[in-house]
Amino acid sequence: MRFLDIDHVSKDFAGVSVFSDVAFSIAEGEFVTMIGHSGCGKSTLLNIIAGLEQPSAGGVVLSGREITGPGMDRMVVFQNFSLMPWMTVFDNIRLAVRAAHPDWSRRRVAEWVQRYVDMVGLTGAEAKRPAALSGGMRQRVGLARAFSTEPKVLLLDEPFAQIDALTRGVIQDELVRMWSASRNTVFMVTHDVDEAILLSDRIALMTKGPNARLAEIIPVKVPRPRTRAELIDDPEYLRLRNHILHFLVEAAQRPGAAEVEIAASTGRLPSMDT
Amino acid sequence: MGRDRLRVVCYSLVIGVALLGIWQASVAGNAPGKGLPGPAAVARAAGEMLANPFYNNGPNDKGIGLQLLASLGRLAVGYAVASLVAIALGVVLGLSPALYRAVNPYIQILKPISPLAWMPLFLYTIRDSGWAAVLVIFMSSLWPTLANTAFGVVNIKRDYLHVAAILQLSWWRRLMQVILPAAAPAIVAGLRISIGSAWVAIVAAEMLIGGTGIGYFVWNEWNNLALTSVIFAIIAIGLIGVLLDAGLGRLSRRLAWSE
Repeated sequence: MRFLDIDHVSKDFAGVSVFSDVAFSIAEGEFVTMIGHSGCGKSTLLNIIAGLEQPSAGGVVLSGREITGPGMDRMVVFQNFSLMPWMTVFDNIRLAVRAAHPDWSRRRVAEWVQRYVDMVGLTGAEAKRPAALSGGMRQRVGLARAFSTEPKVLLLDEPFAQIDALTRGVIQDELVRMWSASRNTVFMVTHDVDEAILLSDRIALMTKGPNARLAEIIPVKVPRPRTRAELIDDPEYLRLRNHILHFLVEAAQRPGAAEVEIAASTGRLPSMDT
Repeated sequence: MGRDRLRVVCYSLVIGVALLGIWQASVAGNAPGKGLPGPAAVARAAGEMLANPFYNNGPNDKGIGLQLLASLGRLAVGYAVASLVAIALGVVLGLSPALYRAVNPYIQILKPISPLAWMPLFLYTIRDSGWAAVLVIFMSSLWPTLANTAFGVVNIKRDYLHVAAILQLSWWRRLMQVILPAAAPAIVAGLRISIGSAWVAIVAAEMLIGGTGIGYFVWNEWNNLALTSVIFAIIAIGLIGVLLDAGLGRLSRRLAWSE
């Protein structure tokens, strides 16, 4: 079941390793989230899967074919939305639909776009430009644009990080609803633990960068459909949440980092042989 | 807002009336037909010229409307071709940082050259004064648009290009749907500077080539010592400059976008 295979991928920037030897697979229709501290390279890995960046070593294989560049089979939902500000809501989505279906008639494209506008609850806002929308509404356009092309893989790059906390839950629910209907394969990066547990089938944990590594992948055994209200009291949720939070705190204080801190506080360098 | 605007209009009127008053006072002592004409004499001449702006009594006696149309025609051709070339070249340079850096020194050398300095070369090579003037317009409106377009394209946010890459847009669609609209505010700012410098250059170019055009008209009226016509032509040049700029200002507001 190796649908999307991350095959021992490493990435260096200017000779410094961001992460190395990251290897895991995602099954078709699976929702996998990667959590890690800032600088562990999780967004870089997402960009490599998107084909926007090249790995320094290793490669990514999607349904048997190696990824060499961007393609319509993988759509990205960006943290900063990345909508074209000179286009209306409708035109932003239409740009993607026309790219996915160059042979469709204008009318068919327009109907398809409208379907996704309605799906994300933006009916009536079609003619607005992104500048006139709140962050939450903008990311709805981002989701509609990505889902409307029916990609094999959805790549979500901290999609809710720039949305206010109250709206975030609503948009997460929209994502769950759309994903339940479409069942795309999803790879998401985030540093929101609750978000990861609510949405994911499995969660990949990265150690702190530079030279970050994949520490473990944990399955989320909370049955779907999940709601935020039920999740709060679910013992499995609490266990997972604690586990991940402990991991993140310990990763931040891993031996190397701690030594440097001790050295800084005592004014003595750590000895070479430790 | 309303009161502010009213106040601005009042100030403008007061300044205008004051300038006219100073002008009139400074020429009041002149004997009729001697010295600089005053505003009343210019207004009278303007009335006569505007009553029949399109008459044509041979090469040295044409209405001011015909002369302005001749200038605007040259401007339209030279400016349109220059804008197309500048935008196309600017996009190419903006998309290729290495080429941009390679070409930039030449642009920097060519940019400060007065477009009129090219006139002898144009006259010598194409042997047609009308087209030489058009080429002067071309040279005067090339650089601001070129520089602004390249700047606008270089500074397009990578995110927009990423989206274009993911959607695998064809180069034409990427140009028309992403690159040009993203750089449009910068491009139009360049077009606006260009049309100003082109309108400045056309008057001087037409003084040199003679024949037709508002620049030639000014020089011809100076030779006739018809200073009222000269002053009226100066005012007409200024007013048309304002209209040209306002047209591009409107275009700039239409193409503006904010994130």
